[in-house]
Amino acid sequence: MKLILHIWRQKNPSAPGKMMRYPMDNLSHEMSVLEMLDVLNEQLIVKGERPVTFEHDCREGICGSCGFMINGVAHGPMPATTVCQLTLRHFKDGEEVYLEPWRAHAFPILKDLMVNRSALDRIIAAGGYISVPTGSAPDGNTIPVGKGDADRSMDAAACIGCGACVAACPNASAALFTGAKIAHLGLLPQGQPERNKRALKMVAQVTRELFGSCSNIGECEAVCPKEIRLEAIARMNRDFLAGSWTER
Amino acid sequence: MNGKKAVMAVSGFALFGFVNVHMLGNLQVFLGREAFNRYAELLRAEPALLWAARIVLLTMVILHIWASWKLMVLNKLRARPVGYVMKRSIVSSYASRTMYWSGPIVGAFVIYHLMQFTWGVGGTSHDPKDPYGNVVHGFQVIPIAIAYVVAMGLLMLHLYHGAWSMFQTLGVNHPRYTPLLKRFAQVVSIGLFLGFSSIPASVMAGLIQ
Repeated sequence: MKLILHIWRQKNPSAPGKMMRYPMDNLSHEMSVLEMLDVLNEQLIVKGERPVTFEHDCREGICGSCGFMINGVAHGPMPATTVCQLTLRHFKDGEEVYLEPWRAHAFPILKDLMVNRSALDRIIAAGGYISVPTGSAPDGNTIPVGKGDADRSMDAAACIGCGACVAACPNASAALFTGAKIAHLGLLPQGQPERNKRALKMVAQVTRELFGSCSNIGECEAVCPKEIRLEAIARMNRDFLAGSWTER
Repeated sequence: MNGKKAVMAVSGFALFGFVNVHMLGNLQVFLGREAFNRYAELLRAEPALLWAARIVLLTMVILHIWASWKLMVLNKLRARPVGYVMKRSIVSSYASRTMYWSGPIVGAFVIYHLMQFTWGVGGTSHDPKDPYGNVVHGFQVIPIAIAYVVAMGLLMLHLYHGAWSMFQTLGVNHPRYTPLLKRFAQVVSIGLFLGFSSIPASVMAGLIQ
C-alpha cells in the first residue's frame, strides 16, 4: 500500500522545525507505524539524508517509550493502542498521514518526533512512591487487600507514562498521568500513610513543570493506550483537597 | 492550580444555584403584572438580605473570573506555547471546549442585563415601580430580545459542561453516578435555556403584554 507521510523534522531543541513530505510505496498493511518509519529511515540513510528520530523500546505496547500524534490524535486512530501496536491496515491506501511530536512546554522537543518527558519522572520523584523499610521481601498476603481495591489499583498502575494524555489535552495537563499514579498507590494499604501528602507534593510538581490544569473534557481518557479513566483525576482532586486541610 | 480549579467549582456551584432560583423567580412573569411586581418588591423588602445576597454573588463572580483568568493564562499561553500543525478532538463536547468563550460572553451579558433591569440605563424605558412593564418594554425591542436568547444559549453551553464538571473537580466521580450527573447537567442546562428564553420569546410573540 501507499501512504503520503508528513513528518515534523527538527534538528535540535532550539532549531525551528517544519513538516516534510515523504511519499511511501510498497508498504505492507501488516507493518506497524514504527516499522514503516524503520523502512523510511533505511531509505533516508541510503540517500544520505538524516533519518527520522523517534522513541521506541519494547514494541509490544507496554513500555511507554513510543508515541506521537498521528493525524492530530495521540497514538493515532485506534483506541487503547500505542503507535508501535498500530498497524497500517487502519489507514486507507494513499492516505495523507501527519506525524507530529507531543507538544507541551513541559515536553521540549529533542529531535523530530522525540520529546523530553523527564517532567513526568520528576512528578513521580516528588511523591509517587511509598516509604518502606527495604529488606527481604515480606510474605505474600501479610497485608490483606480487597479484590476491588486491588483491581482498581492495578487498572491505574497500567499507566505506562507515555505522555499521550498531556499531548491530547488542549491545556497540556498532566492530570490523567498524575491521577493514575496517585490512584495506583492510594488504593492500597501501603499507600495510605503518605496518601494526602503525596497528592499535594505531586500536584505541586505538576504546577512547577507548567503543565496546564484539567478542564474535565475527556480527550486524555480517549487516547490513553491503557484506558486510564477520569475517575483517577477525581481521586487526585479529592486527595489534594483532603491534603490541603490535613497536612501542615 | 488544583486549588484554583476548586475555586472555579465552588463559585460555579453557587452561581449555578443562583441562575436556577433566578429562573424560577422570573417565570412568575407568566402569573401576570401584579404577581410579578409583588415578587420583585419582595426581593427588595429587606435591604440587609438583598445586599448580603448581592455581596455573596459578586464575590463568587469575582472568584470565578479571577481563577479562570489565572488558569487561562497557564493553559492557553504557557502550557503549550507552540501549537500543533494538526490537532483533532475526538470525544470532548463542543460545550466543554468553548468554556473560555461562553463564560466571558455570558459575563458581558450579565452586565447589560443589570444595566437594563436594575440600573435602568439599558436604553429601554425603565420604571422602578413596574418591573413587569420594564420586561415587556425591554423585550419588545426585537434585537435585545434575540440577544437575550443567544446569551441564554451560551449559558446553556457553559452549564452543559460546568454543571457536572464541578463535581469532578471536587473529587466526585463514580462509574454509577457520574453518568447521572452528566445527564443532570444536560437536563438542567437545557431547562434553564428554555425557561429563561420563554420570557423574551413570549413578549416577542405577544403572549405577555
